[in-house]
Amino acid sequence: MVDVFYPFQWFADKVTYNLLNLSPETHLAGTINFVVYDVLKIFFLLIFMIFLVSYIRSYITPEKTRKLLGGKKGIFFNFIASLVGVVTPFCSCSSVPLFIGFVEAGVPLGITFSFLITSPLVNEAAIAVLWAIFGLKLTIIYVIFGMLIGVIGGYVIGLFKMEKHVADFVYKIKSKKLKEQEQTQKERLVFAKNEVTTILKKVWVYIIAGVTLGGLFHGFAPEGILAKYAGNSLLGVPIAALIGIPLYSNVMGMIPIIESLVAKGLPIGTALAFLMAVTALSLPEIIILKKVLKPKLIITFVAVTGIAIVLTGYLFNFLI
Amino acid sequence: MKIKILGTGCPNCVKLEENAKKALEELGKHAEIIKVTEIQDIMTYGIMSTPAIVIDEEVKAYGKISSIEEIKKMIE
Repeated sequence: MVDVFYPFQWFADKVTYNLLNLSPETHLAGTINFVVYDVLKIFFLLIFMIFLVSYIRSYITPEKTRKLLGGKKGIFFNFIASLVGVVTPFCSCSSVPLFIGFVEAGVPLGITFSFLITSPLVNEAAIAVLWAIFGLKLTIIYVIFGMLIGVIGGYVIGLFKMEKHVADFVYKIKSKKLKEQEQTQKERLVFAKNEVTTILKKVWVYIIAGVTLGGLFHGFAPEGILAKYAGNSLLGVPIAALIGIPLYSNVMGMIPIIESLVAKGLPIGTALAFLMAVTALSLPEIIILKKVLKPKLIITFVAVTGIAIVLTGYLFNFLI
Repeated sequence: MKIKILGTGCPNCVKLEENAKKALEELGKHAEIIKVTEIQDIMTYGIMSTPAIVIDEEVKAYGKISSIEEIKKMIE
């Protein structure tokens, strides 16, 4: 099979061995080669994924989605909500307007949560970085399980019938009818291009820092060091998920670091649980959601999503 | 003319406000720019994706940072 990333390896080799004139046997050469290659690959995939998903997003707006999901029942619509969650933005500042808009349009709470859980968990930027670092196979597994957590998590929350635990003002908001904005092809492409630059500007520092740290760890930490400590302990998965909650903004940089830990023996399920907690249960998101959810519903949301993530982690440690 | 910028204060809203100011400057026009940051007020416009720009109570664009050129067209 042709390796589409081959040009990046060629470039990384040129930089390390020709430009910097390092000997291939040294740790330093290995680390620099690794960092240059990974950074190029990540940026290439980020540009590709963000552009593609943003273009799709210009068609599937939340305004259209809530019309589609209003008054619908059944797990099939949890699935649709989760699917739409994949292509909507992962910025935590948009989760409150989305939540209110859905509730106002009569979208049942459980289906709204399927959307809210999947939206940050499976986003194009994380997909791009996972793909670059862990490969396509693990990325597909991540996406499938991310969506499953959204579908099942939302469905379970729906069963609890917690409509009372939504902040009262949410039900009082009456919004005007909105004229759907018409967009030309050119505007959609410009939108997609702008999304690429906005997101890259936000994450490039974390990515370079993360890849560098990961590269150093790869080069210098002894093999299997983590298998010894974080190995098969049953507690590893929930602890990893707990640590993940306050680490939101660094998720793009987190992925390369986690990969280097996996290479040194951190079980893959534990790693997955950590990354999922970082994205799905971020502290800023929880704080923002407090505006629209009463404490009981927040706790339910965190508990259901957290349990789903921990179970996913165990499943992977067991299978792989 | 009243220009409203709807958004809870994320960096995108700040950028949109800057663009609106520049658009006014370049056209040599004056208008009041009001930031709407309370979620209850934002939601009454029927939008879910922020930031959004509203001119004289009409939602002109939402879910994206409109460029200076785009805003100029809205104003004219």
